[in-house]
Amino acid sequence: MQAQELRGPRAPAYPLLVENVRLSFAGLKALDGASFHVTPGIVTGLIGPNGAGKTTMFNVISGLYRADAGSISFMGQGIERMSPHQISRLGLVRTFQIARGFPKLTVFEHLMVYGARQPGEKLLTAVFGSTEARQREAELSEKALAVAARLRLSHVIDNKVTDLSGGQKKLLEIGRALMAEPRMILFDEPAAGVNPTLAEEIGDQLLSLAEEGLTVLLIEHDMALIERICRRVIVMAQGRTLAEGSFEDVRSNAEVQDAYLGGRR
Amino acid sequence: MLTYILFALVIGSVYALLAQSLMLSWGLAGLVNLGLAGFFAVGAYASAMLTTWGHAPIPLGVAAAMLAGGLVGLVVCFSTLRLRDDYLAIVTLGFAEIVRLVASNEVWLTGGTDGISGIPVLVPRDAGIWFHAGSLAIIAAAVAAVYLLLRRLLRSPWGRSLRAIREDQTVASVAGKSIVRFKAQAFSLAAAIAGVAGAFYGHYTSYVAPDLFQPLITIYIFLAVTAGGNARPAGAVIGAYLLVAFLEATRFIAELAPGVSAVQAASLREIVVGLGLVLVLSFRPDGLLPERSQKAPAL
Repeated sequence: MQAQELRGPRAPAYPLLVENVRLSFAGLKALDGASFHVTPGIVTGLIGPNGAGKTTMFNVISGLYRADAGSISFMGQGIERMSPHQISRLGLVRTFQIARGFPKLTVFEHLMVYGARQPGEKLLTAVFGSTEARQREAELSEKALAVAARLRLSHVIDNKVTDLSGGQKKLLEIGRALMAEPRMILFDEPAAGVNPTLAEEIGDQLLSLAEEGLTVLLIEHDMALIERICRRVIVMAQGRTLAEGSFEDVRSNAEVQDAYLGGRR
Repeated sequence: MLTYILFALVIGSVYALLAQSLMLSWGLAGLVNLGLAGFFAVGAYASAMLTTWGHAPIPLGVAAAMLAGGLVGLVVCFSTLRLRDDYLAIVTLGFAEIVRLVASNEVWLTGGTDGISGIPVLVPRDAGIWFHAGSLAIIAAAVAAVYLLLRRLLRSPWGRSLRAIREDQTVASVAGKSIVRFKAQAFSLAAAIAGVAGAFYGHYTSYVAPDLFQPLITIYIFLAVTAGGNARPAGAVIGAYLLVAFLEATRFIAELAPGVSAVQAASLREIVVGLGLVLVLSFRPDGLLPERSQKAPAL
């Protein structure tokens, strides 16, 4: 992975540090002082009841929403005022809960669009052409084919995304994030709405990504999946962070049980 | 008759430039640009003023038209950055009307409704048929140059990113694309191409006036691009020539219909044009040449 070489000399202890983030929509406090950190190289779970602010948190981290207050730093750099494309270029990439995409583009084109550092995206380079752009294009297409093979999408690589099944769309979400040369990926319910076998397979993919050195933060409602792959779990409720720790710690936490599991057992 | 055919081909070529401009801003960038006639007018006036009143050579006038179109395009783009779809359409339509009204009323600047006449022509007018043929050759060469440019851009990573932005700009920004940069470049380049079309139009008819830049032109070009294929430069060019052929053909067909007056014949023509579009869209919803995708290389 490119992760190590890109890390600065003062590599911070936590790749992602969220402090006291607040955001309200017309008086409704969607995020009410949420704070947490993410540890490198493992899968961290972000759980909480519906409406806890998990997806809103992702939208704030990825720059789609701007927080009213609080700070977010990625690899030691403040990102709370950056636009989405700047954050993605730092290597912090997110996926979407409902598989979103470009309806008229093929699987291959989706992967290529996510390819980072393509000089051919500059207008003048596109007009006049350059060796670097051609070489980069060749590298990216090789990588796209490898990512497609890894996610078993090779046989549909030239199909439009609208032709894919729900599960294949979910896999493509993962594939796109991988193309962006990420240092960390935010997954928003990558296994929601897919059959149990595929959900398990997606879980394995996330685990192997973490083993390769990638930091993963995962929103998921499937507790069995969380228990299996997350070494650390963060619980959110009502826009705040309620608890952090291992799945066992969190499960035995009384406050969490109140907020999330619907009363003490 | 030959003069008439050459005349129709020149107009077709001017339309082909406009259609390629719209293909870029609407078909590739997804910006519903109803201000096309405005950029067409800006280019026509820029070159007409510079060459007629300023006695500058025509190539300089065409370059000025390109620059003026591009700059105005940039201004329109940045003032409408937050608008999309219908809202962008309304504002750009308003822009084109403002250009026309300014051209009619700011007499000191544009000559008002009298327009500008005696604009230098591309080929001496006393060359007879060669005036038309020569003008056609020059304007068709411009069509070909723009076609090659756009085809290259469409196949580049730049074009791919632009198409992604058209489909979903939130996802495209998460993919690391600067939405503002791509939109501004595409819109401005498209406006520059429309400006060039305006310059050539003026240098062919040697006359520009506000009335020539009615919104109907924009609608016609939308028809051409829709019929030809809105995400293919070749589609835009073919659509434009077909549109002119169709418009001219209906002129004769309407006359052949028995028992209709001249006014009715004119309306009949519009009906046939509308019917033609409905038919194309029923049988080829993506136009004659649908969008092409980039294929994965074989292993």
